[in-house]
Amino acid sequence: MRAVIAVYVENKYGVLARVAGLFMRRGFNIDSLTVGETDDPAYSRMTIVINGDENVREQVMHQLMKLHNVKKVKLLEEGRAVERELLLVKVKNTPENRAEIMAAAEIYRAKIIDYTTASMCVEVTGEPSKIRAFIDVMRPLGIVEICRTGVVSLGRGTSIMDRSDI
Amino acid sequence: MQAEKNERMTGARIVIETLIEQGVTDVFGYPGGQVLNIYDELYLARDRINHVLTAHEQGASHAADGYSRVTGKVGVVIATSGPGATNLVTGIATAMLDSIPMVAITGNVPTGLIGRDSFQEVNITGITMPITKHNYFVSDVRELADTIREAFTIAKSGRPGPVLIDIPKDVQTAVTEFVPGGVSPFYEEAVVSEDDIERAAELINASERPYIYVGGGAAGHGMGEAIAKLAEKTDAYIGCTLMGLSALPDSCGRFLGMQGMHGHYASSMANGEADLIIALGVRFSDRATGNTAKYAKGAKIIQIDADQAEINKNVRVDVGLIGNIVDAFEKISQRCRAASHPEWRRTVEEFRAEERRTADAAEAASGDALTPRKIFDIINEMKDGDTVIATDVGQHQMWAAQYVSFERTRRFVSSGGLGTMGYGLGAAIGAAVASGDRTVLITGDGSFGMNCNELATAVSYNIPVVIVVMNNGVLGMVRQWQTLFYGKRYSNTVLGRKTDFVKLAEAFGAEGRRAETADEFRAAFAEGMAHGGPFLIDTYIDKDEFVLPMLPPGGSVDEMITSKEGLI
Repeated sequence: MRAVIAVYVENKYGVLARVAGLFMRRGFNIDSLTVGETDDPAYSRMTIVINGDENVREQVMHQLMKLHNVKKVKLLEEGRAVERELLLVKVKNTPENRAEIMAAAEIYRAKIIDYTTASMCVEVTGEPSKIRAFIDVMRPLGIVEICRTGVVSLGRGTSIMDRSDI
Repeated sequence: MQAEKNERMTGARIVIETLIEQGVTDVFGYPGGQVLNIYDELYLARDRINHVLTAHEQGASHAADGYSRVTGKVGVVIATSGPGATNLVTGIATAMLDSIPMVAITGNVPTGLIGRDSFQEVNITGITMPITKHNYFVSDVRELADTIREAFTIAKSGRPGPVLIDIPKDVQTAVTEFVPGGVSPFYEEAVVSEDDIERAAELINASERPYIYVGGGAAGHGMGEAIAKLAEKTDAYIGCTLMGLSALPDSCGRFLGMQGMHGHYASSMANGEADLIIALGVRFSDRATGNTAKYAKGAKIIQIDADQAEINKNVRVDVGLIGNIVDAFEKISQRCRAASHPEWRRTVEEFRAEERRTADAAEAASGDALTPRKIFDIINEMKDGDTVIATDVGQHQMWAAQYVSFERTRRFVSSGGLGTMGYGLGAAIGAAVASGDRTVLITGDGSFGMNCNELATAVSYNIPVVIVVMNNGVLGMVRQWQTLFYGKRYSNTVLGRKTDFVKLAEAFGAEGRRAETADEFRAAFAEGMAHGGPFLIDTYIDKDEFVLPMLPPGGSVDEMITSKEGLI
């Protein structure tokens, strides 16, 4: 079962290694991990996507909380959180596929951000399912190179995780 | 006596001043190039803080661990960069697995040389990341004092554990203003919810066959009396893990001893038959539960622990309480009604009788041979309630766990989780430094061979440690598994060494005796217990002695092996 976990961490030396090391040591699999500074540069926020049953999810969250630099851990429940991922994909630019790429980009509300006679680079933002669907459309057209950010996510409405009570 | 006013000083001196401020009176370690400045300050502060020089950094790490187990204080070890630091690794991992509070301080090459594969440079914070509660690389001398203070707080708070602080040499020589502080506080503990306390008490009140299961998380807290009281009141029996030994006095009639892979028959059986397990500071390790799918099937479980992650980690529990274990136990106890479960008593007393019959039959069959049980009978008779028993790892450790009788807590020093062969001598030295009293080390010829270099330390400091080498010429525990599960193919477990442990002791400057019979052992042990310094007894046991009972790994109480008849 997929779970998205938000982790508020101190922006300190080795934090990413500590978190990644914990997953390795305990045998938990990470599907995706993103990290970036928050509005307060002293803290970063990670979004970790894992696959596991309720036991694994509970263990992951409790083990994360034991790391000294981890300040808050929160499960972002499906349907009660928004998720986005960014995809950059470079596709072959040929007279045969050019129109289809541009049409797909239009429908997926993607942007063509680089254009050469050999290839096009397309930027897409959306939920992971949309990203996967877009990749499926591009695949037969000749994907040259691909780069995904992994998921970032925020709880909806009043579901807030910030630096209060740290 | 600590620094009382703000003063400019070097990082090296800040290390020493902060240790003293934290109440540290003894540290263990080994000098080297990148901790020269710290050692210089140790020299200058030698009337305020005692440093014990070991033969090897590993010995120092185990000594700091043994020191902590006896006192409950944070053990401190210092080592230089590179090999000095890596030699601490086994000791740090040992402390981590047994939740022992420790602060390890390592030097490192100057910050300008970090990352260049400089002489004696290793990334010790990277290496120790998975085996410490937390670790630090200090790059600014202004953060040094507070880092050390925080390290002490982390090491001793909640579920204790080791913390490492890596200090590059230029941070040790840099100067800043030192602002004196006090002993670091503990982190606040979670407050156990009233609902959970109520639910736990309800389960106890509804139970017909309660079993209180004591682990390392409860052992050091002096809860023995409170636990025995609740057992009396609710007609419960008490068992423990290896780490829970010495929490309960053996004189307590409710106490069945250690359960698990090599636990007492009655304790493991009662654990298996109970309808309620009240788990205090245990982590349901595989050595204690066997197959978790079959473990305590018919029982509800209440678990009280300092570590939230322990709840439901290995075994699903019915009520998990996180917070101060003493407090939570007290609150639950108050809500428990007095109860009488005559059937449960009959069942357990029958387990006990069965255990005695088996043990007596085995002992009778051994005749005059010097058996582990005879050795421990003599040790029990001659030691007093304060004597610390340290062990190495293997068969001797399990026999010690089964046979030694304890009267007060923090008197059993043994590597439970990591199972570190070579742990014992260093730990015994630390324990003796801590207690200022005689320590008995139970070891085997395999374990002792790993770190017998620490005899040098014991002699240098005239440590009163009686070393009982249970010598069988084989790696007995591994051999036992080979006998049972590997078709008696004794791959690399027959040592066939010619080491004369008596001469070895003498070569180090210690006393040594050989004991081949019970009478010889008795005489030698009496002499050792009266001796002022290290005293080794090389005593012989049969290479095919078994530690029994035994739950096969991944097995359950139904598969318990209680006799070696037909197995050898």
